[in-house]
Amino acid sequence: MILLVLLGLFAGLSLIAIGGVASTLPAMARAVVAHHWMSAPQFAALFGLAQTSPGPNMLIATLIGLHVAGLAGALVATLGMIGPSSLLTVLVAGVWERFRSARWRLILQAAITPVSGGLILAAALVVVRAADHGPPAWALTVVVMLVSLRVRLHPLVLLAAAAALGAALF
Amino acid sequence: MTAESPRPSLAGLFSGFFTAGLSGFGGVLPFARRIMVERRAWLTAAEFSDLFSLCQFLPGPNVVNLAAAFGARQRGLMGAMIAIAGLLAAPVAIVIGLGAVYERIGSIPAVHHALLGLAAGAAGLFAAAALRIAWPAARRPAHAGVVGLAFALFGVLHLPLPVVIAIATPLSVLVAWRQHR
Repeated sequence: MILLVLLGLFAGLSLIAIGGVASTLPAMARAVVAHHWMSAPQFAALFGLAQTSPGPNMLIATLIGLHVAGLAGALVATLGMIGPSSLLTVLVAGVWERFRSARWRLILQAAITPVSGGLILAAALVVVRAADHGPPAWALTVVVMLVSLRVRLHPLVLLAAAAALGAALF
Repeated sequence: MTAESPRPSLAGLFSGFFTAGLSGFGGVLPFARRIMVERRAWLTAAEFSDLFSLCQFLPGPNVVNLAAAFGARQRGLMGAMIAIAGLLAAPVAIVIGLGAVYERIGSIPAVHHALLGLAAGAAGLFAAAALRIAWPAARRPAHAGVVGLAFALFGVLHLPLPVVIAIATPLSVLVAWRQHR
């Protein structure tokens, strides 16, 4: 039953997504290719598509679900990605509030930031590798990255320019 | 929660997070913050940072966690579900629309090339966002070591995520504990 497989995959990713969904992108890419749902470049294209929509970056799960099992797949993948982690958050939120100034909480908080920072950098490397086949694509990624770091432009402007350049040059 | 901060209704929760979800391109967090702290004054800046640090710490999409935690604190389980629904309703509908178009025309060569360009651009935006997130975490040398370790284990050696977390987190706790003494 494909919907159960989707639900199981994303519910599992939901619970290990420390630092956000980005850190699960490598595992997600590996899983969809291993299931023969899509190729690595197709995953990259879906990731690009997800980035053009407003909203949190977990929308890649919605798109994978849609690709694999239509509308029902999209909804199941979305619920799988947000369900377990949201439930955990609701359960822990009350406890966290109570230990607002506890020393162990401050230490945990200080400890988690560098770990998730490293995970996100690694996820970025994986995304870049998945998205870019050949020097023109690498160059485009580097240019967009530098422009985004230096200039305040709406992300959609940069994405539209990248799509136009891709159609013209690739 | 301060005494004078207004307690949002279920409709208020939905509309607040709906606006945040719809305006957030490449990261909803700044928009969620603007709405919750500045426009609707549900939380002070300090209360927001406090709540968001929990949501970063727990697994799952950070902003969805934020909606869940804040919604639950204000209106219980129903509040959490309403806030999440508000946050995701528009983005999920939009991305399903985009996906449906992609399934139809994604194999046309010009479209495929445009999408590869789009993916390369999106990867660039993502890398920039990752650098912005990792930079403050790597200010102190010991913390930078943890950032580097997590990056190497996960990005270079390709160890599974739970293994990376099991190795890097205790080390990071040790570093943070020593600095807190």
